[in-house]
Amino acid sequence: MQSALSIRGLTKVYDNSFHALKGIDLEVPEGDFFALLGPNGAGKSTTLGVVSSLVRKTAGKVSIYGIDVDREFARARYYLGVVPQEFNFNQFEKVEDIILTQAGYYGIPRQKAVKRTHQLLEDLGLWDKRHDAARQLSGGMKRRLMIARALVHGPRLLILDEPTAGVDIELRRSMWQYMKRINEQEGVTIILTTHYLEEAESLCRNIAIINHGEIVQNTSMRELLSQLSQETFVLDLAEPITQCPAVEGFDVELVDGGQLMLSVDKGQRINDAFARLSEQHIEVVSMRNRANRLEELFVRLVEESSDETTKGEIR
Amino acid sequence: MNTTQLLIALWTIVRSEIRRFMRIWPQTLLPPSITMTMYFIIFGNLIGSRIGQMDGVNYMEYIVPGLIMMSVITNSYSNVASSFFGSKFQRSVEEMIISPMPNALVLSGFVIGGAARGLAVGLIVTAVSLFFTDLDMQHPILTLLVVVMTAILFSIGGFINALLGKKFDDISIVPIFVLTPLTYLGGVFYSIHTLPAFWQHVSLINPILYMVNTFRYGILGVSDINVGAAVGAIAIFIVIFFACAMWLLRRGKGLRS
Repeated sequence: MQSALSIRGLTKVYDNSFHALKGIDLEVPEGDFFALLGPNGAGKSTTLGVVSSLVRKTAGKVSIYGIDVDREFARARYYLGVVPQEFNFNQFEKVEDIILTQAGYYGIPRQKAVKRTHQLLEDLGLWDKRHDAARQLSGGMKRRLMIARALVHGPRLLILDEPTAGVDIELRRSMWQYMKRINEQEGVTIILTTHYLEEAESLCRNIAIINHGEIVQNTSMRELLSQLSQETFVLDLAEPITQCPAVEGFDVELVDGGQLMLSVDKGQRINDAFARLSEQHIEVVSMRNRANRLEELFVRLVEESSDETTKGEIR
Repeated sequence: MNTTQLLIALWTIVRSEIRRFMRIWPQTLLPPSITMTMYFIIFGNLIGSRIGQMDGVNYMEYIVPGLIMMSVITNSYSNVASSFFGSKFQRSVEEMIISPMPNALVLSGFVIGGAARGLAVGLIVTAVSLFFTDLDMQHPILTLLVVVMTAILFSIGGFINALLGKKFDDISIVPIFVLTPLTYLGGVFYSIHTLPAFWQHVSLINPILYMVNTFRYGILGVSDINVGAAVGAIAIFIVIFFACAMWLLRRGKGLRS
């Protein structure tokens, strides 16, 4: 399968000698929904900045759908749509004009641009706001405006840099649905960076974790989650208890009278724990993961890679 | 991008630029007409009636070409400087950077937009001047050529200023401390023949003197300098400024980290 994005040996050293990227390699297959995760300052935005040409690379090679961005700059641009982290449109322009202007930058004829713009405005729930100045929109609407603008020229690769930051849960879910739709039905490859890890877990098929300018993990979401050796569940009890029950083979902790924290190792059967609790007449009414599974892994991987970096520095 | 796509992209920038200065006309088109009306009343009518003639023409007629040119220069420059710097400040310039548009097209779009405002203000000032004097244009083609070239030159200047500028102060320094003094000393209100020999020679190193005098020659048929050489010099400056702006764009100066 062709790569939607191929990065080889990408290095970026800023003018202040900060080594933001240390020769990273990354492949994003065509049609993928790909998560690029990492803590703040890890190199995510620099990587995406180089791909979108907002950041000059120091070394390395970037290809979009097999097109070298250095050699065939203009052709590569047609394949790419970018939704940046910060609002980057003219706040005084009307919503519709912002999208139409972007279409013009790609040389799309007016009639076609108007049709496409109207479709996007409707799809993203901005139709009623099309004649409003962009500054009058709410934060969530501004994010949707940037998605509409990025899609107006029909890109095959869409970069979403924290698209749901500061967006309320209802709107976030409708944005997820829309992204899923364009990925599954229109075949648009999507690269997502986000701090909401449940978002990455539910949407993305493949994932790369970057820290200190290096890729510390690059695998499928399923593969990554299977590395989780232990999960911790919070059990809500029907009746409060005063003493922590002993559950053979499991670590249990009494959080307060009505809640237990149960740790389940890989290979253990959660049914066994419930059976032991039932024997002691403790009834569980509901349960949930203590933390998002991906979050647990993410924290562990980032900590491990940070430890390695620190060790390297001491040596 | 094919030719049609390039033309659509160029027109998109030009249309946006024209729409911008038309939308804020009380800030862009109205002030020059009021300021120039004051110049015509005070310098042309009140003081000019005491001065009499300059280089063989009525003083009011003499200052009209200079004042039109002054408006064209300042408006072309400030339009591009403020618009492009504004797009850097709001980061909407990123829309253009990530697009397939070549640098020369982006530069040309802003320059045409800036020249359009300069020429629009020039037309308004010309119309205002007709309330105070009659203009009998001697060399219309030369007049048009030099005003368009001047508008292009200063639009490119404004673009370079916006590229290099890091804060809003940086784009007001050049118009206040460079353009205005050079324009006032560029023979808008007087012929350099009225100056002592030393200052006549000093005046010759002021590029705006050549633009004002060539334009005045086109309208009135009188000039302090060689008109042909002046047109050539403006053309050379346009090429140098354009090359400089392209070099800065290629390096991503002020745009890419």
